[in-house]
Amino acid sequence: MNPAVRLEHVHAGYGPNAILRDLSLEVPARSFFIIIGPNSAGKTTLAKTLAGQLRPQQGTVEILGRPLAAYSRRALARRVAVVPQYTPIDVPFTVLEVVLMGRSPHLTLAGLETRRDMEIAADAMAATQVSHLANRRLHQLSGGEMQRVIIARAICQQPQIIILDEPTASLDLAHQVHIMDLLEQLKETRGFTVIMISHDLNLAAMYADTLLLLHQGQVAAQGDPAQVLTYDRLEQTYGCVLLVGENPLMRKPQVTLVPGRLLASTQRYLRNNSRGT
Amino acid sequence: MNLPPPRLVQRLLAVSLALGLLLLVSLMVGLLWGSSPTDWRLCLRALVGLDPGDEVLPAILWQIRFPRVVLATLVGATLSLGGLVFQALLHNPLAEPYILGISGGAAVGAIIGILLGLAPFPGVATLAFLGSMGVMLVVIFLTPRETGDNKNALLLSGVMVNALCTALILFFVTMTQDARLHNILYWLMGDLSVALPAQIFFLGLLVLPCFIIIFLLARPLNLLYLGEEQAGYLGLNVAGVTYLLLGVTSFMLSAAVCQSGLVGFVGLVVPHLLRLWLGPEHRILVPACILGGGAYLVWCDLLARVLPSQGELPVGVITALLGAPLFIILLQRSRL
Repeated sequence: MNPAVRLEHVHAGYGPNAILRDLSLEVPARSFFIIIGPNSAGKTTLAKTLAGQLRPQQGTVEILGRPLAAYSRRALARRVAVVPQYTPIDVPFTVLEVVLMGRSPHLTLAGLETRRDMEIAADAMAATQVSHLANRRLHQLSGGEMQRVIIARAICQQPQIIILDEPTASLDLAHQVHIMDLLEQLKETRGFTVIMISHDLNLAAMYADTLLLLHQGQVAAQGDPAQVLTYDRLEQTYGCVLLVGENPLMRKPQVTLVPGRLLASTQRYLRNNSRGT
Repeated sequence: MNLPPPRLVQRLLAVSLALGLLLLVSLMVGLLWGSSPTDWRLCLRALVGLDPGDEVLPAILWQIRFPRVVLATLVGATLSLGGLVFQALLHNPLAEPYILGISGGAAVGAIIGILLGLAPFPGVATLAFLGSMGVMLVVIFLTPRETGDNKNALLLSGVMVNALCTALILFFVTMTQDARLHNILYWLMGDLSVALPAQIFFLGLLVLPCFIIIFLLARPLNLLYLGEEQAGYLGLNVAGVTYLLLGVTSFMLSAAVCQSGLVGFVGLVVPHLLRLWLGPEHRILVPACILGGGAYLVWCDLLARVLPSQGELPVGVITALLGAPLFIILLQRSRL
């Protein structure tokens, strides 16, 4: 099976300065792939490059075995759906109208949505549990509801790859778990390749099949969360002291931040004992 | 799960029917009611040719009032639709048909035509059309394409070029002292009083295809209204559709403005009013703006004709007098 995404020696960015520098990687099909890294590591640039929003300055991007440049926008949107970080709420569309927009890449320019499109939308809304919100307007939704609506729209595109930019960033704990469970379920039941940007290392460690640590536009580490989330690497890339232990629920790493006032004692402790895993 | 079936077509038909009837009634009233103190029943009889002896009244109705109400319909429809498209494209509730410099360019062209002593049609109209299209092209090419926020750059270029045109207009107005000054002022305030059948024919020929193109692009307009980034993710060729819409809209606005002068506020009030009533679905809003905007300007023009006891007002005075308070009420009631 072709990898969902393959990048070879990709340089990408805005203006003369490349943010991604000579980046090569593969995202296995039907996997939960989470991109982590400090601010300005190039996570969003990478997501925009994969979504066809930003043209790479150098190198090749392949989506599902075909070069990205060979796709039209419409053809790409039938295979890759994007859940952006921010959706404007000052446009009074209803939830159903927004979810149906996911059918756009399948419709002709002036085409009307058919009953079949309505069924696909209904199914997508059921999968993300927003059916009861169908006639609500966007500005009447909570943050968690909004994310689920936009994910429903992505499902409605019937893609093979879904890219999400920090979908849990502004959500409370219950909604974070709900969204992550939903994405995991989409991977299992619909065979989606889920590519997600996250700032939450612990959440990423629990759900990712593959973790990609991005640093200064390059791959700092890639692989199983246990291989990626090591003390030395995290200190190096994030530039702060962390403790890396084990998640009490499963054999996955768990990262603990160290407050400034405990920094000296923590470092002393780390020097005296073997450093974290 | 059961979702309501797609009611778009039914809604579209219902809205079009309602607003179409409104337009038809407006057209009839506009035809039958005027400054000549004739009973409307006589007008109606003359209109359908029941008084074969009377030569004057049918002539007034068919050769003076009829072209005029049709011109008002076409101009009102074009301005409202132009406002709707610009508000969606620029993602700015204050966007109106003139915001990208169309008004300034048209005015400079028209004033030059008036000063040269050309006839309103085709001389002045042609120069006004060339002026607005010229300014439009300058604005589009001046706007840097590489930057992230294209829309604000476009808006600012438009406002700046418009400011430049205003300076030129004021210069011309100050330098003009004879009767031509009156013509210039009437043009600047919007004036539908000179409506010739040939004008209507040309205008219809130019704007009707634009209406159709914009209606066909109404679903992409929904996506653009949600935001350019999202529209791209949903498979839209954003740059292509945006420039096509900008071009088509500017073209039809130039065609209308060069016939009517600067009729203000129609393009701001009508789309907002209809969006509040009908929601943001552009496949419904486009026909609604065409029919509703046409009806609105027919009524404004009627008031401009019958309100003064002598002569008539420029229709732009009425649209602003009516439009500004209406817009303020809207603003109070809605969260824009």
